[in-house]
Amino acid sequence: MKPFAYVKPADVEAAIQAAAQPGARFLGGGTNLVDLMREGIEQPDTVVDVTGLPFDTVDDLPGGGLRIGALVRNSALAADRRVRERYPMLSQAVLSGASAQLRNMATVGGNLLQRTRCPYFYDHASACNKREPGRGCDALDGFNRGAAILGVSASCVAAHPSDLCVALAALDAVVELRGQDGTRRVPLTDFHRLPGDTPEVETVLAPGELVTAVELPPAPVAANSRYRKVRDRASYAFALVSVAAALEVRDGVVTDVCLALGGVAPRPWRATEAERLLVGGPADESAYRRAAEAELAGASTRRDNAFKAALATATIVATLRELSTGGDPR
Amino acid sequence: MSTTYADKTASATGKYVGRAVDRVDGPAKTTGEARFAAEYPYPGLAYAALVHATIPRGRLTAVDTAAALAVRGVIDVLTHENAPPMKPAPKVSFLDLSTLVSGTPVNYLATDEVHWNGQPVAVVVAETPETARYAASLVRPAYEELPAAVDFAAEEGNAVPQKGNLISEAAADKGDAPAALATAAHSVDLTFSTPPHHHNAIEPHATTAVWDGDRLTVHEAAQNIAWTRRHLAQRFGVPEKGVRVLSPYVGGGFGGKGSVWAGTLLAVLAARATGRPVRLALTREGVYHTVGGRTPSTQRVALGSDADGRLTALIHTSVSRTGRAGGMGEPITAGTRHLYASPNIHLRQNVVQLDLLANTFMRAPGESIGTFAVESAMDELACELGLDPIELRLRNEPDRDPVGGQRLAHRRLREAYALGAERFGWSTRDPRPGVMRDGRWLVGMGVATAYHPSMRMPANVTVRLGADGTVVVRCGLQEMGMGTATVQAQIAADELGVPLESVRFEYGDSDLPSGPGAGGSAQTASAAAGVLDACDKLRRTLLGLARRVPGSPLRGVRPEDLEARDGGLYHAGRGQTYAEILAAAGRGHVEAESRAGMLGFMVRTLRERRQWVRAATGAQFCEVRVDPDTMEVRVSRWLGVFDVGTVINARTAASQLRGGIVMGIGMALSEQTLIDHRDGRIVNASLSEYHVPVHADIPRIDVQWLNEPDSTMPLGLRGIGEVSITGAAAAVANAVRHATGRRVLDLPITLDKLMG
Repeated sequence: MKPFAYVKPADVEAAIQAAAQPGARFLGGGTNLVDLMREGIEQPDTVVDVTGLPFDTVDDLPGGGLRIGALVRNSALAADRRVRERYPMLSQAVLSGASAQLRNMATVGGNLLQRTRCPYFYDHASACNKREPGRGCDALDGFNRGAAILGVSASCVAAHPSDLCVALAALDAVVELRGQDGTRRVPLTDFHRLPGDTPEVETVLAPGELVTAVELPPAPVAANSRYRKVRDRASYAFALVSVAAALEVRDGVVTDVCLALGGVAPRPWRATEAERLLVGGPADESAYRRAAEAELAGASTRRDNAFKAALATATIVATLRELSTGGDPR
Repeated sequence: MSTTYADKTASATGKYVGRAVDRVDGPAKTTGEARFAAEYPYPGLAYAALVHATIPRGRLTAVDTAAALAVRGVIDVLTHENAPPMKPAPKVSFLDLSTLVSGTPVNYLATDEVHWNGQPVAVVVAETPETARYAASLVRPAYEELPAAVDFAAEEGNAVPQKGNLISEAAADKGDAPAALATAAHSVDLTFSTPPHHHNAIEPHATTAVWDGDRLTVHEAAQNIAWTRRHLAQRFGVPEKGVRVLSPYVGGGFGGKGSVWAGTLLAVLAARATGRPVRLALTREGVYHTVGGRTPSTQRVALGSDADGRLTALIHTSVSRTGRAGGMGEPITAGTRHLYASPNIHLRQNVVQLDLLANTFMRAPGESIGTFAVESAMDELACELGLDPIELRLRNEPDRDPVGGQRLAHRRLREAYALGAERFGWSTRDPRPGVMRDGRWLVGMGVATAYHPSMRMPANVTVRLGADGTVVVRCGLQEMGMGTATVQAQIAADELGVPLESVRFEYGDSDLPSGPGAGGSAQTASAAAGVLDACDKLRRTLLGLARRVPGSPLRGVRPEDLEARDGGLYHAGRGQTYAEILAAAGRGHVEAESRAGMLGFMVRTLRERRQWVRAATGAQFCEVRVDPDTMEVRVSRWLGVFDVGTVINARTAASQLRGGIVMGIGMALSEQTLIDHRDGRIVNASLSEYHVPVHADIPRIDVQWLNEPDSTMPLGLRGIGEVSITGAAAAVANAVRHATGRRVLDLPITLDKLMG
């Protein structure tokens, strides 16, 4: 690992100032950053440890929403009674990721900034536009079974690896950012950028800008929600496809739905087209399938990941079926 | 956890043999007192890190080390331009089995040639491991690239017939299998593929090397202590007696530590070059790039049968690969020679050389992937025939070896299937595919036969009995987690009739009598033969001492009539304790030795091979659940019933057998090394992306054994390290076939192969 300076500021202003310097990185739980530093993918000159800052609580918002501090550990978030009752999909999403040890370390803010697990990103011997802009992309014609099928570009097909963010995208979460110019709020669905020609730029964060909180608006529909993760082994694997869904059905008609996908796009993917088709329509399997297929219609697949469109469709249908019947899907 | 082992093994011979005795190394390991190769402290210890090539084939034109040397704490950077030369690896000879221990013939840092993507091309030595690794990332090799063949699928057509050797034939023909297949009443003809696999032992390979003049001490994670010592002496041109290899504990090997790989050689070389004790612990990625794994394979299995399901034709051909620089042709059809009676058999193994790291031994090389193909094909034939897959196997169970005609030493597959079917509830299986359900889950049940040959290697053992009743058994083997130290102590305690607590087993040191390596499931039987022989000699020596004393109750007693019990020797109720015998003889201790000469051993082995076919066998029962929406496969139940002769330790044996099944489940469902077809680079060189099974993938595994001794093996025991991975992947594939109606021919069985 390249030698680096380590600072642990006592307040948020000092942290933002320290991180505004070139070559500085915030350190939360370190579960991704330290890995990347060991691999030489990230080579910060300064690591700004923000774990001493007071952003580690989950607080009620008026109307039934929640404000989640950026330094809340994943395991604490998943165990929070309010989260489990109001947004069960969020708790399920967190628990489906990583391992207990990692969840004990990982923070909510850090989870938003997880970097892709594309194997070519991780190996310096490979070409990767995200790691080295302009070098090319070995994933395009290499192993791309895990790669994204929506929102990809000719320069990058890497998928966003987070589970938590998929649930946040479905729940209309808003990210609170603090920078040298003050505080701003960005919808989670606008926080991550699609790769385009600049896959190295993954978020809208400005230099030194710090994620301080994620706010969840009240969402009664989310009480009936589920996060379904499909992967190659039962635990400790990134999603091939995941679905975060909340559903409200009255008299056989879908009255409200929130739907987001993971494992299929460079960012957590809010399935707005499917949602639009579902609302007001029948709560039946063929309607779910039509909506899912419409969402996936724009899929751009490569050698190894063509199955993902069908898998995403099947997983959306299965998840909505479970939510509309209230039973275990299996 | 089954509690029936003790009952089931009550028929086994001795007081300790057969029991679920606690591991003697358990406390040392659970308290952290047990030291592994990377944990030995030395004053002035330096740390090494490897620089790996990033091209598959070519020549180094330069290695820019300036930036690395400029890092504070870097001691030296060794390249082909400045490293002291090693001698080349000796040629393989069956008269000196230590020649088998060379992972590849590549003479690291004595050559500018690059033979695979990931080959070490420089070594950084530094004051800390972090510094060494960081500096290694700054070394910039420059290459002249040469054309490389790295794509197995594309190169398969260039495969040539594999050469057999003394103990493994690469081809067999009996009758005319193609003609019989063409006229068979029923037939299947399937082509299977299996991907490359990699070793992921919990302890990555590590070496601590210390030179003192021409004397060398190496702490090593080694499956072959004696061979490693000899190899290092040869490579560094120093007397073998001055080389000491210490390897008491190995954190898992599975074949991956059965050879000497780059990390070992380069740690020793770096210590030689810098004059410092050097430690080189491979990174996980380093294991992938420098330690061989399992070859991929393409296999054709064609079966023909009569209307009743009796095989009339059995064809099994394979293509595997080695590195152009090293590796071994994997004996993929080896198990198929012995599995089924058929008048017509055709077996062929072909191999293609690629510009990739040499392949190597990985748990049941040959049989593990070979049984996937042949046991999947048998299941498909059963479907074709509308016959129960167990019944099909029983109808084709041979009385003698199907190819060689030898007698089968103690084959009890019928009994294994009978016991398994009852315990597993096989009769509840609806044979129609896709109809058994648990809620929405599709349920499937599959079986497959497990098969692994029983072998032995030479072993030297000494046993020393002290006047205080303590017994010291010495043998230079290692405890790799299988229970080796425990079971040999159990055997010695029974043979000498002493409490287990008074037996100390000394191992893990090349200064001890040369022990058998851990390989071919042969270590326990091999060492046991030595322990039995040494204990027998010891008893005879003690009897000789006793008989010389006037008035000894043992006067006139013949050795074969002796009973060793209660810390002494007895016959017909009369006898003496060891303390009494030694005291009367005026001796403080006695010692006996068992030595196995290589030549005599080979002659006997070859003679026995003509006489017997010996193997551990088993019946694997698997139940899966398949999600009908996503086609995710989860193994929900497992039973393995094994015929492995006498079980020495019910606890460690169960652990071994379960471990093989776990690895088999990984092979079936998730494990594969991804090698980029363009440049031969391994792209998933990590535990994150190479999917070994995690706890959540593994159900409760019920293992049973018949526990009938094989009278042709020492103590009636057969090796159990590998048999339980064989057949496992086929059992999963067959259960998936039953659950879904789909036959997956290409491992691993990922959900995308079941969709659409």
